[in-house]
Amino acid sequence: MDVMPKWADVVLVPLFSLLLAAFLSALLILAIGESPSEALSLMVQGTLLRSAGWGYMLYYTTNFIFTGLAVSVAFHASLFNIGGEGQAMMGGLGVSLVCLFIPWPHWSLAIVGASVGAAVFGMIWAGLPAYLQAKRGSHIVITTIMFNFIAAGVLNFFLVGALKPKGSMDPATANFPASTHLPTFEDMAQLLGFEKMFRSAPANVSFFIALLACVAVWYLIWRSPLGYEIRALGKSGPAARYAGVGSVKIIMITMMISGALCGLMAVNTTQGESERLILNFTEGAGFIGIAVALMGRSHPLGVLLAALLFGFLYQGGAELALWTKIPRELIIVIQALVILFTGALTMMVRAPLERLFLMAWRG
Amino acid sequence: MDFLTLVQVLDSSLRLATPLLLACLAGLFSERAGIFDIGLEGKILAAAFVSAAIAYITGSVWVGLLAGIGASVMLSAIHGLASITLRGDQIISGVAINFLAAGLTVVIAQAWFGQGGRTPPLQSGGRFEPINFPGAVPSKEMADAGPLIQLYSELLSGHSLLVYFALLMVPLSWFVLYKTRFGLRLRAVGENPAAVDTAGISVIGMRYAAVIICGILCGIAGAYLATALQANFTKDMSAGRGFIALAALIFAKWRPWYALVACCLAFSSQSIIAFKISYYQLGP
Repeated sequence: MDVMPKWADVVLVPLFSLLLAAFLSALLILAIGESPSEALSLMVQGTLLRSAGWGYMLYYTTNFIFTGLAVSVAFHASLFNIGGEGQAMMGGLGVSLVCLFIPWPHWSLAIVGASVGAAVFGMIWAGLPAYLQAKRGSHIVITTIMFNFIAAGVLNFFLVGALKPKGSMDPATANFPASTHLPTFEDMAQLLGFEKMFRSAPANVSFFIALLACVAVWYLIWRSPLGYEIRALGKSGPAARYAGVGSVKIIMITMMISGALCGLMAVNTTQGESERLILNFTEGAGFIGIAVALMGRSHPLGVLLAALLFGFLYQGGAELALWTKIPRELIIVIQALVILFTGALTMMVRAPLERLFLMAWRG
Repeated sequence: MDFLTLVQVLDSSLRLATPLLLACLAGLFSERAGIFDIGLEGKILAAAFVSAAIAYITGSVWVGLLAGIGASVMLSAIHGLASITLRGDQIISGVAINFLAAGLTVVIAQAWFGQGGRTPPLQSGGRFEPINFPGAVPSKEMADAGPLIQLYSELLSGHSLLVYFALLMVPLSWFVLYKTRFGLRLRAVGENPAAVDTAGISVIGMRYAAVIICGILCGIAGAYLATALQANFTKDMSAGRGFIALAALIFAKWRPWYALVACCLAFSSQSIIAFKISYYQLGP
């Protein structure tokens, strides 16, 4: 079965999928009357050749690391958490409650409190479908999708009601107190003596929390007993149960970790960027997490690289929407193609590669 | 709530339940053949856009309907290729199709019409008009008419052709699934593909047939949204109907008649709530 060496399977298959997706997207750009090479150079100029571009890219990357890790953790237990969007929304609610109602003396304490708030709210929102799946056998894909809609409703309810400051017409909470504002990359660069770096870009210290989360997930999945149980359940439910792994417990714990990771995304967007809770702050990052996890092969390192790629695409897409006729939704198309090729059409991508390797071995 | 109001609520719930019912039956065919299809949403959306765009360009709603069905069937074919031929993950394939439709419709709509991801409003001829039954009372005189006339004129008459088609599809699906050889084989493919294979019937062929039927029904549902319920395509206009259809399908235990009840219930409760809210806001 293993025609290809492991490195080829891990590196070449996602890369080949990405090339296919890029090729089809280039065709689409041609079809709507723009030049793909110009589009690419615009994306690179607006993202990689400016420090502010990096600042935006890393901001998006932070979101995608969290949601990508969340989807990967669930994938390891053969669960499909498609409710990242809703869990992140609830996480935002947790962040804003913590930031608005607790007087924090300093941001370093506030970020800890906000992270706990975000994680707990995301955890609860993933725990409910997990309970329904583990105990009642309802389909987790459908329940988590439905919970996205419910979360959007709940968020809306609070933002036009209880959490909206008096006299404001905007469906948003009051601004968070200044002591909770997170240092951005711009502030940090100034501290190190680099003026004019990352100017007004939204990337902030929560990027480092995302990196920590990568390490934590790696440790959890490959170095801890719990991770072993999660992977065992994912590989074979009956075998895991026979070995004494409680499936109800593992499903609950896995989904709650997944939900907590999605919730943490809100620390970046809500506390770090908007500094108040707004509608639609998730901007589809919960769904991009699926593409990131598939592309990154559910490994934290892969997730980090895929999140960087999607951060680039997202910021580049914004540049395209600004300077050309190509709308932002092009990124959704690319995301869909990546999901299709890396998740569903893997056989189609892998078969020609395997044939190549067979030919190479026979000489 | 007087009788006429009740009839009006039922009338609007029937109108709103139609795309849901079609999508639910689409999912029914697919899932009975063992192909889980979470991409109903994307197919509805793609069909809505293509039917509205083509109906606008050609001026003919029928050409639009056919084009919408074509788009939906194409997405179905991708889903079939991924989940039947290549044995990929059915759920991931469906999710990808949803995103593909959500992105492509807006990108192409923007490129063709330049109206921020919408299509221009359809003129008459480019959309399905309501069919008034003979003897139906116009809505101005409805309040003075008797209850039976009200039922006839408001609830039964005055819908577009696709509403009646969707209602007709319920007994038709039941007949196809339970009373024909094709239906027996289709259900068997979902229950026990190995047995079907042993009996010398192509599992792959049956599954593709089911997926294509699913695509056709979703295409009609999408065309209904954009050319009958509304008169243009707007971004994300399917608004989660594909997912609600899946939930209704589970609630209906994968049976056609139950699906009718489930879909009407889901939307009648919604329209009652909507009515109540407007009543309290506008009332004395």
